[in-house]
Amino acid sequence: MFTSLSDRLTATFRNLRTKGRLSESDVNKTVRDIRLALLEADVALPVVKDFTHRVRERALGAEVSGALNPAQQIVKIVNEELTQILGGQTRGIRFAKQPPTVIMLAGLQGSGKTTLAGKLAYLLKADGHTPLLVAADLQRPNAVTQLEVVGERAGVPVFAPERGNIAGHDAVLGSGEGTRSYGDPVSVSRAGIEFATSKQYDVVIVDTAGRLAIDTDLMAQAADIRAAINPDEVLFVIDAMIGQAAVETAQAFLEGVDFTGVVLGKLDGDARGGAALSVASVTGRPIMFASVGEGVKDLEVFHPDRMASRILDMGDVLTLIEQAERAFDRSQAAEMERKFLAAEDFTFDDFLQQMSAIKKMGNFKQILGMMPGMGQMRQQLESFDEREFDRVEAMVRSMTPFERTHPKQINGSRRARIAKGSGVSTSEVNQLLERFGEAQKMMKQLARGGVPGMPGIPGMGKRGRQPAPQRTKSKSGNPAKRAADAREAAQRAASKPAGGAGGAFGAGAGGGIPTDLDPSALPKGFEKFLGKS
Amino acid sequence: MSWIDTAWEWAAVIIGILVVAGGIIAGLFRGRGGATKDLPAPPPTVPAEVEEELPPLQPTPTIERPEAPEGRLARLRARLARSNTAMGKGLLALLAGGRLDEETWEAVEDTLITADLGVDASTQVVERLRQRVAAAGKTDEATMRAWLREELVALVDPSLDRDLASSRIEDRPACILVVGVNGAGKTTTAGKLARVLVAEDKDVVLGAADTFRAAAADQLQTWGERVGVPTVRSDRDGADPAAVAFDAVKAARDLEADVVVIDTAGRLHTKVGLMDELGKVKRVVEKQQPIDEVLLVLDATTGQNGLRQAQVFTEVVGVTGIVLTKLDGTAKGGIVVAVQRDLGVPVKLVGLGEGPDDLAPFDAETFVDAILD
Repeated sequence: MFTSLSDRLTATFRNLRTKGRLSESDVNKTVRDIRLALLEADVALPVVKDFTHRVRERALGAEVSGALNPAQQIVKIVNEELTQILGGQTRGIRFAKQPPTVIMLAGLQGSGKTTLAGKLAYLLKADGHTPLLVAADLQRPNAVTQLEVVGERAGVPVFAPERGNIAGHDAVLGSGEGTRSYGDPVSVSRAGIEFATSKQYDVVIVDTAGRLAIDTDLMAQAADIRAAINPDEVLFVIDAMIGQAAVETAQAFLEGVDFTGVVLGKLDGDARGGAALSVASVTGRPIMFASVGEGVKDLEVFHPDRMASRILDMGDVLTLIEQAERAFDRSQAAEMERKFLAAEDFTFDDFLQQMSAIKKMGNFKQILGMMPGMGQMRQQLESFDEREFDRVEAMVRSMTPFERTHPKQINGSRRARIAKGSGVSTSEVNQLLERFGEAQKMMKQLARGGVPGMPGIPGMGKRGRQPAPQRTKSKSGNPAKRAADAREAAQRAASKPAGGAGGAFGAGAGGGIPTDLDPSALPKGFEKFLGKS
Repeated sequence: MSWIDTAWEWAAVIIGILVVAGGIIAGLFRGRGGATKDLPAPPPTVPAEVEEELPPLQPTPTIERPEAPEGRLARLRARLARSNTAMGKGLLALLAGGRLDEETWEAVEDTLITADLGVDASTQVVERLRQRVAAAGKTDEATMRAWLREELVALVDPSLDRDLASSRIEDRPACILVVGVNGAGKTTTAGKLARVLVAEDKDVVLGAADTFRAAAADQLQTWGERVGVPTVRSDRDGADPAAVAFDAVKAARDLEADVVVIDTAGRLHTKVGLMDELGKVKRVVEKQQPIDEVLLVLDATTGQNGLRQAQVFTEVVGVTGIVLTKLDGTAKGGIVVAVQRDLGVPVKLVGLGEGPDDLAPFDAETFVDAILD
């Protein structure tokens, strides 16, 4: 997601990095590059113009005389502007003082409203609410059935008094112009609210039919539904792959139903997601959620500041931590911390525990994608097979408790048994053990104050093998000298991955940060670009 | 201090994840390289649960007679024009304004970009118009209109072969596979396509290989029933789509049909596993006979990502034609120009509305005229 946009901006800035000072022509060239990058990322033209205009003004303005080197200046400006366009602050759902809170979904056909209804219900349920889904899409063939399936997957009841269009016909009026509903969505919505009130559901999610911006009848119907149920939130669902039509569509829906928030659909594709910028900028409504997969769990709260970081490939550690918080319980985390600080050996039991927690966090690829600097490895990540998890788990579960805590004791015959027990080849078990040994070493090294860097991953970009310095260097016989060596090695280890993590802009960008610059004034995660960790 | 503790805890957790990630992924990349196994080819036999629905012996009396495809585009032209007027008018107003300075050209380019034509194509059109203006020195409205039309037609390239493979080839039915991302309108397109073919007096069989989305097969079957076309489907959700497709083709061969249209589930082109599944559908069907036509359904609102979709789908199943759907909105569908330019895959059909007969064969000149009128 947003990959290509960040790639492009990164390439643009790489050219700038070599310059010591920004001339007007530099700025113009960069701005042109940004314009092209944004246009190809499907950001709507008016938004691009506005954006580049502001970036240019600022890049040429007083700020330039300041401290950062040119690339850093532009990155900072672009980052801030992006954050601002994307809506600044994160906004959650506004709940009604008097339940039920009513949420209405609207959007084009095929943007993912029905699927979103399920995801949103799942998310709210996980937060301790009791949501109810109302099937007011009586027009698309079998939409009601689909909502019921989705509701079942999310474990949320569905209110569907009308079956809607079960015949599978496309619901076209006799004239061939416009569409009609099989039943009255307005009364269904109203009845849904009453039902929720009487049964004490505290959130009602009304799924409406997809409609085109130019279909005035359907737009009027949507407005009628809105008027009838007086929703607390009207969410506009828009496909992240949409092109320049985003602006007109968003404006039409803003006029038609006056939505209060936006949900980006299908952000798990490789669309550059310019629509996010366009819609937020044109309508001034915040983007509240991003839908990132087909399962009911694949919905993320949209954080504009983090998304801006993501565009610039600065990683999204905050979201990661939040997801981790949900998946790991406190005692587990505390235990991890204790082991970690005590530099105790990491065992297969811990490994298993973490694997199950990661599974709970959802899609593994997504999790890794949030780590800083992972943008470059996306290709490899995509080809990663989630079932590899199951294979590894099978191997670990085929070990005896003794073997799990003493991996070094696993000899040839034990390996053969484990391979047999888990249905893999012995060489796969060997690989697992080898990797595990390295992971253990890494944990220890980290406990001594290193910075997290992935262990050697062949062919996976810049964050490749960083051998533990302790291993390569012969140890001194003198204890004092050995301690000094270790400290030095730890320092090296600390500085090295930091450069790698900022690799998008290179560690070389770090030179000459003047003292009058207050790092805390920069956006989160920005320190990395200063080459300091 | 408590926040430091918490921070440490989560840092530990994150590191743990990295460790696990390293452990699993790295092993994967190290070990998998040479270990490709030769899997036995999937047996071409068909699972028993796939049930065939042979055509009703006595077709229901309510079978509709769809409109002939010729002239559909002309009828739909009004609607197309409505969605595009702003663009055509805007362009002409700019060009015929008399003063053709830098700003005007930029505005023209912008208008084209707004139609999702992409930066390259837009720049190209503007460049060539400028050259013509410079050479001829004329800027009256009629000339400008003619030039603009020529350039746009050249862009859409009328010389491409836009015929559908829809008649029996030797002694087997033609096979059409419909693919695309989620929500593009594949099932609807398959259904409307069946109507187009029936209107051309073809014997059609539909294959509901979308076994994933709830009730997709029902939707397709209803489309079929309306025009008396049999639908081959699985009786449960989640069946193997390749098996259903295989069955559909087999049924079409047995029935000596002219053409079989297979609808597949929507899949994002970035999902490797799902794309593999699609590749399997193709391979399995080709055990019986080649697939003659692979239609990629593209939503007209799609932006530059449409090109990427076309690329990936072409790699996996070899797309031979594009169906541009939902062109009746505010969308201009300019992305197809980029797809044609880059991949040489022509637009074969356009969906212009929600009516059952609103799928029309694409015609470059009518299309451009509708934009400019």
